[in-house]
Amino acid sequence: MDVNQYLEIFLDETKEHLESLNGQILKLEQEPEDVDTINEIFRAAHSLKGMAGTMGYKRMQNLTHDMENVFSEIRNGTMKVKSNLIDTLFQCLDALEEYTSNIQETADEGTNENQQLINQLNEFLKQGGREEKKAQGQPQPQPVEEALPEQPEEEEYTEKWTEIKLSDSELLVFSTARSQGKSVYGLTVHVQESCLLKSARAFLVYKAVEEKADIIVCNPPAQDIEDEKFDLDFSLIIVSEYPLEEILQVARNVSEIERVLGAPYATREPSLIKEEDFAKNGIGADTPAQAEQEIKPAAAVPVPVSSAPSIASGSAKSGDKKAGGKPVVNRTVRVDIEKLDVLMNLVSELIIAKNSLVSASSADGMSGSGFNEHIEYLESVTTNLHESVMKVRMVPIESVVSKFPRMIRDLSKKLNKKMELHMSGEETELDRTVVDEIGDPLMHLLRNSADHGLESAEVRAHRGKPEVGSIFLDAYQDGNNVVIEVRDDGNGIDVEAVKNKAIERGVITPDQGENMTEKEIINLLFNAGFSTAKQISDVSGRGVGLDVVKSKIEALSGEVEVKSKLEEGSTWIIRLPLTLAIIQALMVTVGGEKYAISLGSIQTIEDIKPGDIKLVQNREVISLRDTVIPIIRLSKELDIESSKSPDENMVVVIVKKGEKLAGLVTDELMGQQEIVIKSLGRYISKCKIISGATILGDGEVALILDANALI
Amino acid sequence: MEEVKLPSVKKLADERTEYNTIQFIVIKLGNEQYGIDIKFVDNIVRMQHITRVPKVADYLKGVINLRGEVIPVMSLRLKMDLPADEITKATRIIILKMEQHGMIGIIVDEVKEVVTLGIHEIEKASYDGKEEKNNFISGIGKHGQELISLLDLSAVAMEK
Repeated sequence: MDVNQYLEIFLDETKEHLESLNGQILKLEQEPEDVDTINEIFRAAHSLKGMAGTMGYKRMQNLTHDMENVFSEIRNGTMKVKSNLIDTLFQCLDALEEYTSNIQETADEGTNENQQLINQLNEFLKQGGREEKKAQGQPQPQPVEEALPEQPEEEEYTEKWTEIKLSDSELLVFSTARSQGKSVYGLTVHVQESCLLKSARAFLVYKAVEEKADIIVCNPPAQDIEDEKFDLDFSLIIVSEYPLEEILQVARNVSEIERVLGAPYATREPSLIKEEDFAKNGIGADTPAQAEQEIKPAAAVPVPVSSAPSIASGSAKSGDKKAGGKPVVNRTVRVDIEKLDVLMNLVSELIIAKNSLVSASSADGMSGSGFNEHIEYLESVTTNLHESVMKVRMVPIESVVSKFPRMIRDLSKKLNKKMELHMSGEETELDRTVVDEIGDPLMHLLRNSADHGLESAEVRAHRGKPEVGSIFLDAYQDGNNVVIEVRDDGNGIDVEAVKNKAIERGVITPDQGENMTEKEIINLLFNAGFSTAKQISDVSGRGVGLDVVKSKIEALSGEVEVKSKLEEGSTWIIRLPLTLAIIQALMVTVGGEKYAISLGSIQTIEDIKPGDIKLVQNREVISLRDTVIPIIRLSKELDIESSKSPDENMVVVIVKKGEKLAGLVTDELMGQQEIVIKSLGRYISKCKIISGATILGDGEVALILDANALI
Repeated sequence: MEEVKLPSVKKLADERTEYNTIQFIVIKLGNEQYGIDIKFVDNIVRMQHITRVPKVADYLKGVINLRGEVIPVMSLRLKMDLPADEITKATRIIILKMEQHGMIGIIVDEVKEVVTLGIHEIEKASYDGKEEKNNFISGIGKHGQELISLLDLSAVAMEK
């Protein structure tokens, strides 16, 4: 079967399930008895297994299968959650992630069997079983309770295949098959009510079963199933040489299948059994021919040992309880980001068209009140439309930060330090492009806090701090920015140590070191190749972290700063623009041309007399409130004649880049405006001082000055 | 039939074997006529305000707004070392869409017509293009009595 068209959905769903597994297993470690968590885990693991199976990723399926077995034991209470079990489970998740990334790159899961992990899981299973036997003296690992609640539910799912009427030729096929030692089974498949692509799922079941068996009858007919002309179930009568359980299993492996019922099919072949009888009495009693085969399935069918029905009940249970606690998941649609860009462009065009309509109406003197009203209405519609489209691009940072608790847990083990991660503001939203990029820098900072920040247990005890170190990750919106803070209650930055290291590494000279402020020294940490960790560990210490963090964040037009107090901890503050596509900008003119300067980099705007300009080392500077600020004449930088005469007062926009300030001399200020950033394209990329372009209300293009490049 | 060896033209010919014809947009620069393969042409727009971009080559006139897209515009005249453009009512910007370079606009004096040339009506340029520095011609098309120089667009778009 060609599964490529489902590959994307498979990858998306797999990642979601893995993410949820990660979170839930972490939770499980803290609350080993929590039934909801276990059910959730079980369900995710089962879906994973099913999906992998359908897509033909056998290794992935095997691994998840064994994980599922373990979860099933935990759920049944026959196995206790232990720390080493959690470790193994996390390793399994890592292995699954590896499969997934292999699949993403090559559409192949790779050849790593992860046999060792599977063995470990099986070892846990054995141990768990034994302990339980010892503890309770019960040889029966399967608790009875599980089977009982299923029974009433079972009635809803009738075995509709018993109602299929067969023609003589089909009966003939069955008898021939039997004479060849094959068996005839009836199957009824129930698709989950919430399933979106019923026919696709049914098709997957159909295909999966077809691999193991010959499908003789399908009700409703295959064509109808394909056209989605069926309710939530369909029935098959098949001929196969495999045992029934195996076929049921492959069918259940398809996700979003509520349950699969099946039993050997007793035909009227010798015309002994009337169909009516058959339907009434069910199958159990009527088929002595396969007595042995049958007792097992007949008993097992309502409650297969470890799969679908129990899942259903699990999800139902957790569903009930969930309603109180967790928020209901919003209904979502996955959209290609390029499509959003197109939409965004169309909206900008609409706004431009509206603006020209406004100017045309005022120019033509069409001041009829009706006309103005319509234009105002159009204006509010376009503004709202614009805002909505922008909002669509915003995603919560949760998708990146949700993997961090797991990481901190692993670090805690690896570094042998006790620590906890407290997160807040996961729901803070950022532009999609920023969210995709911010994961790595945050990870670096967290690792940094865990490794360098937090002290060892002895030091902490000595300083009277709680044994468990705390790392905080807080995100919140602040005006047009989103701030993400990584804070720890550890040692803080030892300024002297940093200074000595910097001198030792030759980053600064001892003299320079004497004159530097604390802040400047701390900023040295962001230099490439700088790490104060005395020992190089595999957590951090290669000194590639902080400079990468800084450059990555600056590439996103954000900034990062550090606040630190020795022995009390440090705070890393990342400030990011809410969205990359829209910024607040100050519009200025230089020589009659319009330019935009990002408001984020502007400090103040000053009116300067030409006489106030002084020369220092042949560079023009002004002295402003006791600070000497170099002056950059934009007209010179932009190769254009200033429209002002030299003796007029100058409008100087003071911009900052980190700690540095500079004054940009402009001709005139036009005002503040929200602008949509557009790329200049690959063709004009050489101009460093221009970071992009924007389209103004009248359709004209204005360039955006990059203050950072000018300084 | 004479064999055509021009790589770009030959490739096109392969793609359209059923027809064995290529359509060109005929434009004027000064007194000469040039042909632009229609498959690279995204759009033809009237001359409009071009926003100058500082610190770039002189033939790059700047950028324009084409329905929400910012598109660089170059002067074909300056690129070909001809006298600078004189903007008239007939001046047009032809928006080319090219794989490596994205969208580029080129300023031309006038857009005349669209012609369809059979591949036997196209002759490869008589001189070896590599030796000539400013060679933007990939071949000559014969349309009735007129000769049309066929522009080698990848050379036009190439940065000097």
